[in-house]
Amino acid sequence: MVSKPLAATALVVAAFGAHAADDSDLAAIRAQIAEMKQAYEQRIAALESRLAAAEAASRNTAAPATAAPSSTPGIATAPLATAAPAEPAPVPTNRVQTAASAFNPEISLILQGQYAQMKNVPDRTITGFWPAGGHDHEGGKGISTRGFSLNHTELVFSGGIDPYWRGQAILAVQDESVEVEEAWFQSLAIGHGIGLKGGRFRSGIGYLNEQHPHQWDFANAPLMYTALFGQEASFRDDGLQLKWLAPTPMFLEFGTEVGRGANFPGTDTNKNGAGAWAAYAHVGDDLGISNSWRAGLSYLRTQSGDREAEFVDVNGLAAQGLFSGNTSTWIADFVWKWAPDGNPKYRNFKFQSEYFVRKDKGNLTCQDEEGVGNACANPVTASYDTRQSGWYAQGVYQFTPEWRAGLRYDQLDSGTQNLGANAANLAVDNYRPQRWTGMVDYSWSEFSRVRLQYAQDKSMAGLTDNQWIVQYIMSLGAHGAHKF
Amino acid sequence: MFRRILTLLIALGSALPATAALNVFATVPEWAALVREIGGNKVSVFTATTALQDPHRIEARPSLLAQARRAQLVIATGADLEVGWLPVVLRDSGNAEIQRGRPGYFEAARWVTLIDIPAVLDRTQGDVHAAGNPHIQLDPRNLFRIGEALAARLGELDPPNAAAYVAGYQAFAVKWRNAIARWEKEATPLRGVPVLVHHQSFRYLGQWLGLKETGTLEPKPGVEPSGKHLSSLLATQQNTPARMVLRTAYQNAGPSEWMAQKAGIPAVMLPFTVGGTPEAGDLFGLFDDTIRRLLKGLN
Repeated sequence: MVSKPLAATALVVAAFGAHAADDSDLAAIRAQIAEMKQAYEQRIAALESRLAAAEAASRNTAAPATAAPSSTPGIATAPLATAAPAEPAPVPTNRVQTAASAFNPEISLILQGQYAQMKNVPDRTITGFWPAGGHDHEGGKGISTRGFSLNHTELVFSGGIDPYWRGQAILAVQDESVEVEEAWFQSLAIGHGIGLKGGRFRSGIGYLNEQHPHQWDFANAPLMYTALFGQEASFRDDGLQLKWLAPTPMFLEFGTEVGRGANFPGTDTNKNGAGAWAAYAHVGDDLGISNSWRAGLSYLRTQSGDREAEFVDVNGLAAQGLFSGNTSTWIADFVWKWAPDGNPKYRNFKFQSEYFVRKDKGNLTCQDEEGVGNACANPVTASYDTRQSGWYAQGVYQFTPEWRAGLRYDQLDSGTQNLGANAANLAVDNYRPQRWTGMVDYSWSEFSRVRLQYAQDKSMAGLTDNQWIVQYIMSLGAHGAHKF
Repeated sequence: MFRRILTLLIALGSALPATAALNVFATVPEWAALVREIGGNKVSVFTATTALQDPHRIEARPSLLAQARRAQLVIATGADLEVGWLPVVLRDSGNAEIQRGRPGYFEAARWVTLIDIPAVLDRTQGDVHAAGNPHIQLDPRNLFRIGEALAARLGELDPPNAAAYVAGYQAFAVKWRNAIARWEKEATPLRGVPVLVHHQSFRYLGQWLGLKETGTLEPKPGVEPSGKHLSSLLATQQNTPARMVLRTAYQNAGPSEWMAQKAGIPAVMLPFTVGGTPEAGDLFGLFDDTIRRLLKGLN
């Protein structure tokens, strides 16, 4: 580009060099040189643009009809079709897919595991709270597992079933079994703000309840969720969910669910009708461009028939308690998220807090199943009436695209536990479990994260457990879309 | 009882007065601007994101659900740009009209030829988009086909105003063609200019104007620039010197400022979409300002 005008200049200079140049000659030469230079540059630019156009055209040969050079489009050459046009064939890709596999659902695989260092407590419970069974991973040790372990290997399948329904299944793969964590269908075509879901699903109550462990901001669930629903820290049910989103500028959603109610705090009653039902309302909005929030209130009612737990009798001997009755759980939740200009990629902050009150109402039977000679050698059935509560609050700050840090505080209150006539037989603890948790995590990308967590756990009376957890969460496959 | 509640809810939902204008939910500002050009006062437009937000990293906020619930038309870019949030918004909106495959769901990327379609899909290559590069709005020629299809779609959803949408598009197309001719003339000095980019946000702009990308500050798409990668880019700058470093309004200024300072070339922030700079107030302003900033970067 530079050499041609230079050569031209040399020629011109040579041609005129023989003459003794006066000022007017020099000016003329300068003008001529400038003119030639400009002409050459224009021609070179034109050539380059033609080359670029040719390159673009050769790239576009796969879909020639969709190439739209600037000289041809518009009303004159491409008259607007007034009839509804058919969608054009999707832009062809150069990947070969057989017709059958093209309909495969979206698949993703979650890999999650940890190293935990904490006190050796074989069967962790929360003092003053009914020891919920829940499903145990890792050979029945669950949250008591120390050292290296896998937390959760989840396989997620999802996709459209037809224009009316969408389906999703989440399978938790463990050493000797595959558990169906969730398997549901969801309506797409009812409209009017109505969403219908059926199958096995995580209930829409609370805020954290619907989230799977890999979406949590800490390596374990808040104490509140463990106390409410056991180690799985989520109320899951087989049933139906009906939601309605109001047509208002502010987010306002109502939901109700009916289901089998087989999971804690309910038991599998194997009867006609529903064993559990839930109702909730969510409200949320943005505050300016940088803040958004959601608040909710939920109610869950479950039934129990002979829900079992290990108690201790007044003499410190093991006794079995069987609860039959109803459990009402109220949860209030609040989430607030902040990101500068609403762009969470570089920096953002998330605050969340939930509060619950749970009431058991029914009868408790105390018995001596193992024959240890406790106070209930002759089974005693008496009224059982509790009111327990708790809350947690947590904040997580992402200060670079990769790094986040978070702090959480948990507190529960064993509240009132009226055992009626069994108060003379069984000992129950009045206790306020507490826990402080801090974490730092690093994400290489949206798909991989490693986390270091420290907790000072006082969830068991008389025990202060300093717990360290290093955890990884990796996801492969389809790009998941997460809820707020 | 259950059925009665359901009936009541449905009645409530449909009884609320529909606004006169067609409710449009645009995922990004460029499509909001385009539908305003075509529909004028016949459309009421909600824009889900701003030019200062990375459209890939948005969350399915409650406010977005509430707006999607009321929308009659969703205009998305597609090509996986909104994959992290739009599917949830559509699903949980309870709005049957805006689901994929329905007339109320319009995907702009389907109407243009995408570039950078990966031959191999492998996340070790970063956050690759299977369908190709989704930043299609920066080649203004793409807006003819998108705009034409959009006008037809608006007419399908709102038949009484179909002619107005056609006229709106035609008026826009005339102005747009003239503007493109002007921009192409103004941008002549940019032909063949080598540039570094933060992310592959400007592939279509580069293709249109003839810019030559000599490197990307992100080592892989979606992976933040690392010191090591920036240093190696700086080394290649010796042999293939770029004239400027480009980034969008929503990308972190740090890496491009670092590179600009080390290499002694200007860091140029481009609006990327409508609203990215005060001058980029509409689609015309977007390209006016983009070319002005690029030309300024040359000097």
